[in-house]
Amino acid sequence: MGPFLVRRLLVVVPLLIGITFVSFIVISLAPGGPLDFLEGESPDLSPEVKKQLTELYGLDKPLVVQYWSWLTRLARLDFGRSFLPDGKPVLTKIGERLPVTLLLNIVEMLIILAVAVPIGVLSAVRQGSSFDKVTTMFVFIGFATPDFWLALLLMSFFGAQLGWLPISGLRSMNWEYLSFWGQQLDFISHLALPIVVATFGGLAGFSRYMRQSMLEVVRQDYVQTARAKGLSEQVVIGKHALRNALLPVVTILGLSLPGLIGGSVIIESIFAIPGMGQLMVQSIYARDYPVVMGNLVVVAVLTLFANLFADIAYGFVDPRIRLGGRRGRR
Amino acid sequence: MLRRAGRALLLLAAGALAACSAEVEMKAEAPDATPYARAYGDTFVEASIGDIGTLIPTLASDAPSHEIGGWVYDGLVRLDKNLNNVPAMAESWTFSQDCLTLDFKLRRDVKWHDGRPFTAEDVVFTWKAIVHPKTPAPFKEKFLQIKSVEALDSYTVRVTYPEPYARSVESWQEYILPKHRLEPYVAEGKLRESPQNKQPIGTGAYRFQEWRSGEKVVLLANPDYYLGKPYLSRIVYRVIPSQATIFLELKARGVDYSQGLTAIQYTRQTEYPAFRKAYRKFRYPGSGYTFLAFNLKDPRFADRRVRQAFAHAINKRELIEGVAMGLAREVDGPVRPGSWAYTDRVKHFDFDPKKAKDLLAEAGWSDRDGDGLVEDKDGKPFTFTIRTNQGNDERKKIAEIIQQRLADVGVKAEIQIIDWASFIKEFVKPRKFEALVLGLGSGTDPDQYVVWHSSQVGPDQMNRTGYANPEVDALLERGRASCHQQERIQYYHRIQEILAEDVPMLFLYVRDALPVVSSRVRGLDPGPAGITYNFHEWFVPTPLQVYTSG
Amino acid sequence: MAQRARGEIRAFGRTFVRNRLAVGGGIVVAILVVLAVLAPLLAPWDPNKPDTRRILTPPSSSHPLGTDQIGRDVLSRVLYGARVSLAVGFVSVGIATIIGILLGAAAGYHGGLVDAVITRVVDLMLVFPRFFLLLAVLAFLKPSIWTIMVVIGLSGWMGVARLVRAEFLTLREREFVVWSESIGASAARVVFRHILPNAMAPVLVAMTLGIPAAILTESGLSFLGLGVQPPYATWGNILTDGKDALEIAWWMTLYPGLAILITVLSYNLLGEGIRDALDPRLRQARVGRILRVGR
Repeated sequence: MGPFLVRRLLVVVPLLIGITFVSFIVISLAPGGPLDFLEGESPDLSPEVKKQLTELYGLDKPLVVQYWSWLTRLARLDFGRSFLPDGKPVLTKIGERLPVTLLLNIVEMLIILAVAVPIGVLSAVRQGSSFDKVTTMFVFIGFATPDFWLALLLMSFFGAQLGWLPISGLRSMNWEYLSFWGQQLDFISHLALPIVVATFGGLAGFSRYMRQSMLEVVRQDYVQTARAKGLSEQVVIGKHALRNALLPVVTILGLSLPGLIGGSVIIESIFAIPGMGQLMVQSIYARDYPVVMGNLVVVAVLTLFANLFADIAYGFVDPRIRLGGRRGRR
Repeated sequence: MLRRAGRALLLLAAGALAACSAEVEMKAEAPDATPYARAYGDTFVEASIGDIGTLIPTLASDAPSHEIGGWVYDGLVRLDKNLNNVPAMAESWTFSQDCLTLDFKLRRDVKWHDGRPFTAEDVVFTWKAIVHPKTPAPFKEKFLQIKSVEALDSYTVRVTYPEPYARSVESWQEYILPKHRLEPYVAEGKLRESPQNKQPIGTGAYRFQEWRSGEKVVLLANPDYYLGKPYLSRIVYRVIPSQATIFLELKARGVDYSQGLTAIQYTRQTEYPAFRKAYRKFRYPGSGYTFLAFNLKDPRFADRRVRQAFAHAINKRELIEGVAMGLAREVDGPVRPGSWAYTDRVKHFDFDPKKAKDLLAEAGWSDRDGDGLVEDKDGKPFTFTIRTNQGNDERKKIAEIIQQRLADVGVKAEIQIIDWASFIKEFVKPRKFEALVLGLGSGTDPDQYVVWHSSQVGPDQMNRTGYANPEVDALLERGRASCHQQERIQYYHRIQEILAEDVPMLFLYVRDALPVVSSRVRGLDPGPAGITYNFHEWFVPTPLQVYTSG
Repeated sequence: MAQRARGEIRAFGRTFVRNRLAVGGGIVVAILVVLAVLAPLLAPWDPNKPDTRRILTPPSSSHPLGTDQIGRDVLSRVLYGARVSLAVGFVSVGIATIIGILLGAAAGYHGGLVDAVITRVVDLMLVFPRFFLLLAVLAFLKPSIWTIMVVIGLSGWMGVARLVRAEFLTLREREFVVWSESIGASAARVVFRHILPNAMAPVLVAMTLGIPAAILTESGLSFLGLGVQPPYATWGNILTDGKDALEIAWWMTLYPGLAILITVLSYNLLGEGIRDALDPRLRQARVGRILRVGR
């Protein structure tokens, strides 16, 4: 395990540099710059300001120089300040958005797992049954429904028509005056619709993967062996097959991490949730390079580390990797 | 079988939606018209698509920053109901005879939000801060025209101009900044990092309370406001990035004010009784005009007959009906309808496709090979690209309709929609375009030197079309240099006549602003300036108050 | 050997046909393709012609699916939109697959440094948040149907590459490959005749499942205003145009939404059906092949 860990950690740094360098070049070369955003459509804008800001931000230096100065400051954990007129430190801006995004996405992920895993397992075990068919249709419909369409329908129905749930935002007007529990309840009611929309669409991926994986596992020799040993079906499936079938799911979890941390742009903008996705989109439009880069670094670092944990977890769970190469038999 | 069940469910949902639309009724119902007494209290919730960029609006060009700025800060002068400049923090002002000196007499009862008194020193400081080379104020141009600003005493300010500047008074609507708080930061160019950008203090009707980035801004009424404490105790400015969501919030009464309904929402989706009872809709001419600009360097568009042909080919009424649902007015020039310099006695091009084709033929464009497109004498067809910016539905629709109308007279137009930053950088500034659909704000002062003078064609300057007419140049210069309205009005009338004839751009329409306000809010008095000019007088009568005042 | 191949196909067919949902999906997909191809014949109106006298009219006999916000016929736009949406799906997935196969094959076959580099690149691309990639590249290129196809393709090749690489890694060690190489078959020959056909099955599945994902991504891009430009209709941009008028013009959101739903659903069922039918077949087929060729 030791050398494995070290190797993986060593990869993180060059990977980060690669990501940030490529992104920096791409976003800097994209036409337009932070100053063009500043210009509205008014005939009053001053060209002097342009020059001023260009020097201030170092935009007149060659790209590699700009990147290097950014990188060296990053090494001192100085993420810089936003180019927007609010001049806030990049970390502050990210810090304002990250918790909400993480909360929303972690809850969503937990719900998806809690629902998708049983569905996937049962579908596999009862392959071809009407249960299998119904759930297949259900999760695919969820996948096929465009997010914003579903969101607007639900908001219109539950929010505007029935008035049961708030339509947008994170908090009610009178949040500051509510009791502690009142506040928590208020949060939950605001996050209810976004989570429903996000989960409905995300069920398909996991449950199908689970089903697929389960189907493969069930056909393996060791499952037959377990049955032959006289173990009950429940133990066979629940204990032996399931554990192995979960492995690929862990992989998929790793693949969905950037989305988890990066936030969903569409859901955030429809539900007016100030999260990381919105931050990323707005800073790209405004060519707010420090924020874009900072955002990327944070997402990349968190993702890479989460992937690392996933790999370690994988290693613990899969005896083949742990013991090194022998065909697994339990 | 299961698939059918799934589809049936969807059809049911569709049916439910269709039933909801039955709410649309054409009977109007007036909101409760009881004359209530003025009362303090309640919270006012406004929705905005964009978040504010900064708490020092001097540094920003985005509308939300300026809205919040308008509440927290104040200027020497403000606009009244009819777009006239009237006293704000200045009690009165006088011009010298040669129009070069402007003296302001300031009010003595104005205090900053931290209690310190407002004096002439703050005005001098504001000017110095804005023109300082290290201050990135987007709109410093107007202050660069000033030679000096001095405090003659604590409550008198003398502004001296090297040449008469038409917009002098108007320019002092600018937010005055607190010298005692900001002075140390200006020299370093560190205004953005000052505490003012986190906890601003101003002299406006409302005091800043908090800003949750991307979520909301909260302001509280300023009890020491010199015009009297505002009646609405609290303003919450909510950031909701989706127009569809804002509308749903309006329907659910989660929001009290939205600056602009879309035309479709105004005419079709807000006509049902419950909405009309809960909200008042307003309609007044907006401050911007939408146009199709030509690049006059393009030899095809340099020929005035071609431009006039296009003017005949396009049906402005159709655009107004189709894009703005009738909620706009046609214009033939860039001056704001309702302002003192406006005139409509100028050449007007009727919708006349035949005339358009004739003019095109005169200019050398006719369909020589019968393919439905017009070509020049070398057989090259007339194709060009209309560009506009992404994120603006209205302009997109305009481009699409114009595209079709031009096709009817044999001109092929393609459309390109480009994100704002690229649009400005790659096409607008280097003038690498053939035609654009854009909008421009027409300010309250008719001086548009920066847009129409032939000298303003640098990459960062606003004469995008490349228009150069010596008579107009002279009139612009003369109009700028005078401060006597009776004299200026003649120049501007003549300019409008020439522009209408020359059509450097097709002036399409001025869209109505369509704000909507909760009906419980009283004290509004709509006029050409809109409704928010007297915001500090709005109130909610006690029996109708909804939120606990804070 | 041809006999063996025929036998496999028959076995595959038998398993596939037993899966009713997949068959249904396949039929619907075929119908959609036909509709898309025949759109110019079927559409009653010019999909791009505005008619400002008939803005947002509900479905009627002359406009069976109603009109949109500048008076264009929704039915015609949905039919033409089918062409664009399906084209976007096919082409972007095609691009992704080709890139994925090339890079995955190179990595799996050559191993060593090439593999290491390519794997790093794949990891790099996977860490980028999806929309950042799309936005950044779209900021560069002028938005048009082609750029969108390329962009979606470029952001989705990683899965295929990984699949292909994995297949190559396992297959490479098989006897028949070693045997072929030992008799001097060129690398290209080995790759194309022996390895690739075996690797194709999961790739095919990935393609079928990638098409609906591309269609959904296009509609997401339209929502953000970055999709295909006017006046061209796609299901995504009809939906987006209609979202502001949801209650009064439900036809603008319902029909394209349904179209997307049905298409994506059908492709997914079809893809899954193919995968299910291929898998057990594949395992047995592989064993059979090895025994045959290796001798």
